[in-house]
Amino acid sequence: MVSQKVKVINPQGLHMRPAQVFVAEMNKYDSEVTILFGEKTINGKGIMQLMASCIKMDSEIEIRCEGPQEAEALEAAVKLVESGLGDL
Amino acid sequence: MILKGINASDGVGLGRAVCVREESLDYSSVPYSGKEAEKARLKNAMEEFNQRTAAMAERIREQTGPKEAEILTGQITMLADPFMLSQMQEAIDGGSCAEAAADSVLGMYADMFSGVDDELMRQRATDVRDIRSRLLSILLGAAGVDLSALPAGTILVAHDLTPSMTVGLNKENVAGIVTETGGRTSHSAILARALQLPAVLSIPKALELIEDGDGLIVDGGEGVVVLNPDVRTRGEYLTKQKDYQEKIAALEIYRNKPTADADGKYYHLYANIGSAAEAEAAAQSGAEGIGLFRTEFLFMDRTSLPDETVQYEAYHAVSKIMAGKEVIIRTLDVGGDKAIEYLGMEKEENPFLGHRAIRYCLDRPELYKVQLRALLRAGAEEKNIKIMLPLVTCVEEVRSARELLEQCKKELAETNVPFDKDIDLGIMIETPAAALIADLLAQECDFFSIGTNDLTQYTMAVDRGNAKVEKLYTPYQPAVLRSIRNVISAGKRAGIPVGMCGEAAADPGLIPLLMCWGLDEFSVSASSVLASRAQIHRWHEKDFCRITEEALGLSTASGVAGYLKATVNK
Repeated sequence: MVSQKVKVINPQGLHMRPAQVFVAEMNKYDSEVTILFGEKTINGKGIMQLMASCIKMDSEIEIRCEGPQEAEALEAAVKLVESGLGDL
Repeated sequence: MILKGINASDGVGLGRAVCVREESLDYSSVPYSGKEAEKARLKNAMEEFNQRTAAMAERIREQTGPKEAEILTGQITMLADPFMLSQMQEAIDGGSCAEAAADSVLGMYADMFSGVDDELMRQRATDVRDIRSRLLSILLGAAGVDLSALPAGTILVAHDLTPSMTVGLNKENVAGIVTETGGRTSHSAILARALQLPAVLSIPKALELIEDGDGLIVDGGEGVVVLNPDVRTRGEYLTKQKDYQEKIAALEIYRNKPTADADGKYYHLYANIGSAAEAEAAAQSGAEGIGLFRTEFLFMDRTSLPDETVQYEAYHAVSKIMAGKEVIIRTLDVGGDKAIEYLGMEKEENPFLGHRAIRYCLDRPELYKVQLRALLRAGAEEKNIKIMLPLVTCVEEVRSARELLEQCKKELAETNVPFDKDIDLGIMIETPAAALIADLLAQECDFFSIGTNDLTQYTMAVDRGNAKVEKLYTPYQPAVLRSIRNVISAGKRAGIPVGMCGEAAADPGLIPLLMCWGLDEFSVSASSVLASRAQIHRWHEKDFCRITEEALGLSTASGVAGYLKATVNK
């Protein structure tokens, strides 16, 4: 398992469009993706929990990946969140 | 059988009924067919949902734009959530049928979204509920009517015609529209006229009386529907349809003529539109500008606010199509009959007297400024956009709006974004308050446009959607006529142009009166442009002044109506 903390920089947080971008990318990898946000544990391949968790701008989240492609998945996930998920 | 309703959109249509009924999503009598069977049903229904939704998104992408289509593709992504699927499958394992599993899990997510403290996220609850009802209707086999694939010669029968129904409507195959509710100025009526389809509204129990496949004749001019007509009646209406089409063809000679009266005095003749897509039709209709661009449609049929870019693109598109011609754009007119769920507006006892239109917008400056900025930017190149405020009742409202507009200009200037710094700011005159202080308001703004639909409703204190009191609702009422006269004369004295964008501007009986009072601009539906130009061409000043004097000498609406009908039809 690999994990990394990262800050959300989208002005409106992880709303529909960025969550959609994130989930679509994560589903390309053969790896479980879990997001830890406060006390919440969120399935990173499903958009519903991700959106309903209301992750706002400046929040810190931890992304955990586990599986054959865990390294690639984590790298892609961190890069996406740091780039603003197409919102900026 | 003859059914009487309200004549809402001219023309004669003959065809067969397709009824749009509210679906029942009750699954209490669905049996449980075992784990594997229920899971397979769920999987098939989800695939069907994705196919239908993708097709809808594609149509919307073509007709409206990619941003609007994203709402629907977003729903596909939401339903594709593997964790949510596992929750539904667990429910099925626990003995729920596919319907109950989908209902409970999606219901839980809808509640989860509606409970968060982020307004944008709360709006997602609408999406989840939409997914739930469409998925349930697929599971239950409630067919629903596919409005994009109607057979040729369809007469659409519905409780009400909604803007979202018309998004996917295949207009070529629709011969007419029948609804159970709505008056001449309801949204159903406005939509039907924009689509140039014959329509009869407010036929009580139409959906009980009419079955799918019944033969129907819709006479939109008379407000009559004939159910299962005999051969002789069909023949009569085919002749009437032909006459109507010939009359329309005869108006063609006015297409490229200027709008002038018989003495050669010019008037502006504009069109009302409700979406950027209608601008093209308006330009082709012979209109010399846009007198009313309703922006609500930009805010409807979506689950979140259209951002500045979406709005800019829509206004800019219209500005370009109408290059060299004026485009008067009315800012968001919500509330009352046009509630938009994601705006979080509260239910009100009296929405027409409540927190709506300019009142709502001024209390939500962060939201209103997005629209004002988009408007300022959209006019940067053609300089043909004018901003119009709805439902103004006092001077303060105009001043506050102007202040916000100036703030927006400053912000745009600071960031070097091009905009029209000289954009005109005008108001709709549609309340008795505004009509009474038209002289004061004229000092504060650059133009007036009289909205006769609301002005009549508020002056007469009559709900225009209530068929029981609709007879009071007519601009022929002396109170309404005097009000219009006062507004035009206040505008003239202050030296600002006065237009009219309500139904009355296209009324052949009222056109001579409006000409006499000095109305500068008539804004009518695209389908009425040529007929209105023909009416204006008829009159000499001495005639329209005499008609006006005689009409104003009458003390009842029925007297005025009778007199004008007899005079104008001569």
